[in-house]
Amino acid sequence: MSNVIIKAENVSKLYHLGQKAVKGDGVRHILEYVFRNPAKWLRQRRAAGRAKPEEFWALKDVSFSVNQGDVVGIIGRNGAGKSTLLKVLSRITEPTTGRIEIDGRIASLLEVGTGFHGDLSGRENIFLNGAILGMTKVEIKRKFDEIVAFSEIEQFLDTPVKRYSSGMFVRLAFAVAAHLEPEILIVDEVLAVGDQAFQKKCLGKMDEVARGGRTILFVSHNMAVMRQLCNKGILLNHGQVMKSGTIGEVVDTYLAAGVEHEGHWQRQTPVPNKGHIYLEAASVFNSNGVMSGHLACTEDFTIEVKTQANAAFGKAQIALSIINKEGVIVMTTCNSDTARKYLPITAGKHTYRVKVPGNFLAPDTYYLKIVAHEPYVELHDITESTVSFRIEDVGSLRSVFNDARVGMVEPVLEWTDTHEGSGEAK
Amino acid sequence: MGQRLIIEAGRSERQYWRDLWRYRELFAFLAWRDILIRYKQTAVGVAWSLVRPFLTMMALLLVMKIGKLDSGGSPPALFVFCAMLPWQFFSTALSESGTSLVNNANLISKVYFPRLVVPASSVITSFVDFLIAAGFAGLLLVWYRFLPPANIVFLPFFVLLTFGASFGAGLWISALMVKYRDFRFIVPFIVQFGLYAAPVLTMTGHVSEKWRLLYSLNPVVGIIDGFRWCILGGQNLIYWPGFTSSVIGVTLLVWTGLWYFRKTERKFADLI
Repeated sequence: MSNVIIKAENVSKLYHLGQKAVKGDGVRHILEYVFRNPAKWLRQRRAAGRAKPEEFWALKDVSFSVNQGDVVGIIGRNGAGKSTLLKVLSRITEPTTGRIEIDGRIASLLEVGTGFHGDLSGRENIFLNGAILGMTKVEIKRKFDEIVAFSEIEQFLDTPVKRYSSGMFVRLAFAVAAHLEPEILIVDEVLAVGDQAFQKKCLGKMDEVARGGRTILFVSHNMAVMRQLCNKGILLNHGQVMKSGTIGEVVDTYLAAGVEHEGHWQRQTPVPNKGHIYLEAASVFNSNGVMSGHLACTEDFTIEVKTQANAAFGKAQIALSIINKEGVIVMTTCNSDTARKYLPITAGKHTYRVKVPGNFLAPDTYYLKIVAHEPYVELHDITESTVSFRIEDVGSLRSVFNDARVGMVEPVLEWTDTHEGSGEAK
Repeated sequence: MGQRLIIEAGRSERQYWRDLWRYRELFAFLAWRDILIRYKQTAVGVAWSLVRPFLTMMALLLVMKIGKLDSGGSPPALFVFCAMLPWQFFSTALSESGTSLVNNANLISKVYFPRLVVPASSVITSFVDFLIAAGFAGLLLVWYRFLPPANIVFLPFFVLLTFGASFGAGLWISALMVKYRDFRFIVPFIVQFGLYAAPVLTMTGHVSEKWRLLYSLNPVVGIIDGFRWCILGGQNLIYWPGFTSSVIGVTLLVWTGLWYFRKTERKFADLI
């Protein structure tokens, strides 16, 4: 019944770096750093003395197998090798050693809208993008109406996509990708874009595809989505498989092991030399202003996020989610919330502080997910599960009453009781 | 169920050529995209592919007039245009395909397909311009009431030769540019000086016998001679040693280009 469709044996990928191999950041970023500014890189290399290229194993002896019809979630922190694994599987880059056998047509979706050209109309881009993703012309023609309906852009089909709003662009791009019909689909974190409603629609589509018996390999940082969508999981850590098994086990292992710091996180690698906003540090302070990973459930606390913007942005956002142990997002708050509109972010260093009231979060362990992005345009930086803090039970309602109170938040709300009559029942 | 795919370091040649066949539609799509984009948001549109060679021709005619250069009995406009046809094809194809990989970096780092498709479709795009210019050449022939000799049947061969030269050189440059962006600056030089190094304004027959073979090592020389021989005939004779060296040169260029491209291709996504 369960026939193996992908079999990877001892797959390794070596990158030669001109600088000391740095951990904790995407290989992508390091490579980018090297190529964006070779002069600077050269200076640093010279300064580092002995200019011998450093070796960096993005993947090391990765072995796993995937059965037909599995929906596999690939989990790991930034730089764990997820992207490299997907690139190797989709044949964008070759493994240095090892062997992978794949039975069936494979299509990968590492980015939404790859190959879209701004000067071409929506119609033209559907054909172009479809061909790039591996569809034949006949196939695209057959699905054309479906794609258009899914993307909800009928009216603008003949408008150059550069005139599209970013939401429309993303919808069209995902619509094309969603109608691929390979036996194996590889999807990188492409759902991080688009609005909530559309994300839901995308997830629904992925679910439908999975139910159709196709095999999916999926990377996401959203553990709740992973649990919902996948049945198997592979946890990567420093390029090696740390755990594989059912998605539940793998997510648990990841959440337990993935956290490096209580109450504080600091970027380990230099900020890439790219015109983006980068997260530099995040800390939690208790009501006395002391950095701490342990907070009383009754006290207010402050979350501080330090960023470095390499350029100025008209509409950018720092978003922060508090995620509980189960991977459920309890709440999200953004720097734009008070103003109720996106704010510009000037170049340079910023320190954001947000105060979270006491008597609000239920006693539990929480993780912070912080995102710097241009909404609907581009994700700049993300850290996930790198800061954890505990809301300690120092007289929470559930302990006072000793009841099986459920719920992720435990606010102490004002109750009133309007009394009528004498109270004596007739 | 589809075919079995095996991924390992240094994958087989056979799989590659099969893939190239499978992706033949993408090849057409990329060429189609480049053609569509090329003249988007221009007022004159496709007419540019006529205006450009026309203006260049006028400029060169002026140079011929001032320099009192010999056009070998045929109308100077035709003489110049016959040389410009292959030269413009070669030079635009070289510049376009040279930068094609770098310009499509986002594709290369995000999707798999045989990379050969990219520079090849750029050459095709330039070929479309060439065809339009060739149509213009036809009009010139009518205008001058000039009947080409029977040699014209060999013209497709020389077109193919030009195609090969552009493709071979394009393969080299595009693969090299992935690693060394220096070629971004080198290619315009080649194109600029090439115009003077190629016999666009002169007849190769005027080059002294001593230097002629050396001069013919430039494959473009043989191609331009061939074009003139096919279209104009008359005093434009085929110089056989030059012709042979041209054919050998182009074959070598394509062959080594393919070799180098295939050799470096596996690293493109890591380097680009």
